[in-house]
Amino acid sequence: MQRIYLDHAATTPTSPEVVKAMLPYFTDAFGNASSIYSYGREARGAVEEARTKVAELIGARSEEIILTSGGTEADNYALKGVAYANERKGNHIITTSIEHHAVMEVCKFLEKRGFKINYLPVDKYGLVDPDDVKRAITDKTILISVMHANNQVGTIEPVEEIGKIAREAGVCFHTDAVQTLGHIPVNVDKLKVDLLAISAHKFYGPKGVGALYARKGTRLVSFMHGGEQEKRRRAGTENVPAIMGLGKAVELAGQEMGEEAERLAYLRDKLIKGLGEKIDHIRLNGHPTRRLPNNVNVSVDFVEGESMLLNLDLEGICASTGSACSSAILEPSHVLLALGLPPEQAHGSLRFTLGRENTEADVERVLEVLPGIVARLRAMSPLLKTQK
Amino acid sequence: MPDPWSLYSEKVMEHFKNPRNVGEIENPDGVGHVGNPVCGDIMELYIKVNDGIIVDAKFKTFGCGAAIATSSMVTEMVKGKRIEEALKISNKAVAEALDGLPPVKMHCSVLAEEALKSAIENYLNNSPSPP
Repeated sequence: MQRIYLDHAATTPTSPEVVKAMLPYFTDAFGNASSIYSYGREARGAVEEARTKVAELIGARSEEIILTSGGTEADNYALKGVAYANERKGNHIITTSIEHHAVMEVCKFLEKRGFKINYLPVDKYGLVDPDDVKRAITDKTILISVMHANNQVGTIEPVEEIGKIAREAGVCFHTDAVQTLGHIPVNVDKLKVDLLAISAHKFYGPKGVGALYARKGTRLVSFMHGGEQEKRRRAGTENVPAIMGLGKAVELAGQEMGEEAERLAYLRDKLIKGLGEKIDHIRLNGHPTRRLPNNVNVSVDFVEGESMLLNLDLEGICASTGSACSSAILEPSHVLLALGLPPEQAHGSLRFTLGRENTEADVERVLEVLPGIVARLRAMSPLLKTQK
Repeated sequence: MPDPWSLYSEKVMEHFKNPRNVGEIENPDGVGHVGNPVCGDIMELYIKVNDGIIVDAKFKTFGCGAAIATSSMVTEMVKGKRIEEALKISNKAVAEALDGLPPVKMHCSVLAEEALKSAIENYLNNSPSPP
C-alpha cells in the first residue's frame, strides 16, 4: 500500500541532499572540531559554515547562534538560561497557555523553584493579545516567551507586536520558531526577538540538531558544563555531521521556502474546503488566515481522534490528533482547550500537516477516505444520538 | 501483517476493524451508560435478558481503538451468560480476551466492565422479581 505522510509538524523526511552533505563527516572528515590538526580544522570549518548559514537565514550574526541538540534543548536553554542569569533582577516570566511542552514544562519547572509564571490566554483562533502581554509586565519581569506559530493549530502569533512591547519595556523576548523556520520568513530583527529556538528535523534536516539564537548582550547561564565548545555556553563535542545537515537544510529552505509555502497553502486550502464540503459537523481549529501554510486542524463532532487515526493508518494515511486517549492523564490537548473547545471536540481533532512530497492526489485521497471513516465511527457513537 | 511496534494486539485491531454488536436494542432490559467527554470515552451498553440469561447485548461507544474493541469484546463475552456469571466478568478478563492492552489503555477495559455492571444493575432495578 502506498503510504501518505501528513504529519510534517511531527517530523520531516531528511532531504537526500542533506544526507549527502552529512555523510563525509562520519568517516572522512571525522575530526573533533576542537583539534588543531587538519582533521579538526575540517570539522571546525564545517561547523562554522553551518552556523553562518543559520545566521544568514534569520538575519543574525554567526556568533549569536548556539548549536544545540534540537528545539527542546534550545527552548530549555533560553528559559532556564535567562531565568537563572536574572534571578537577582526579577522572577517573573510571561508566556502563553498554548506553548509547546518544551516551553510549558520548563515554565512549570521554574514555577516550582520560585519563579512566577503568567500563562496568557488566547482567543478562539489561538491568538495572543499583545495588550495582554503589555498589561502583564511588571518590574520583576525578566522574560517573555511566545511561540512564533503553534504546532497544533498552526496559528501565527503577533510576535512582531509583542517584540516591540518587550523592547520598550526592556524585557528579554524569546520565541519558539520550531514550526516556522524553513517554512515562512523568520528574521530576528523584524520580529524583535532576543532568543529564538530552531529544530532541523522540522524542515528536512536530521533529528538531534537545532540552534538557539541569542542576541548579542543577552545574559544566559551556561546550559551544559564541560569543554569550551559554543563559547562555554553549551559544552560537548560538536555533532559535526548533524550540524552539517542543519546547515544544508537551512540553505535549501532559504532557496525553496517561498514557492513551497505557496504550493502547500493551496493544498491546505483545498483540504480544508473539501473536508468542510464532504463531512458535516466539522470545524477548522486555529486561525483561518494567520496560519502556517501546511497546517490543517479540524474537529470532527461525535467521533474520537485516535479511532480516526487508526482507520486512516489502515488506509496508509499518517496524521495526528489532539486527543490524549493514550496518555496517562487522559486530558485532551492543552492547546485546543485553551482555544475554548469543549473536551469532546478536542478529543475529536485531527491534524494534517503537509510537506514537500505531498501532492494534490494525496489531498484527494484523504477527501475520498475520511468521510467513510467518520460515517462508520459515527454510526457507533452514543454522542450523535443525544444530538438528534 | 503483524507489526511488533503496534500499540494494539492483532485481536484488538480485529475487533476495532469489525466491531461486533454495534447498535442499540429496542426496549432493552438494561442499559449502562459510563464514561465522560473529558476523558474521551463514553460507552453505552444494552442488554436483553430472558429467564436470567443475557440473550443479546449491543453497544455504542465514543472513544479510542481500545474503547471500541473492549466494548465489542464485552458484548461477545456476556451473550448467553447468566446474570450472576456476567457479573463476574472483570476488566482483566476483557483485556485478556483481547490478548492484552497497553498499560495506558487498561482504563478502557475498566470502562467496559463498568458499562456491563451498570447495564445489569439497571436490569435488576427494573425487573419485577429477582432472576
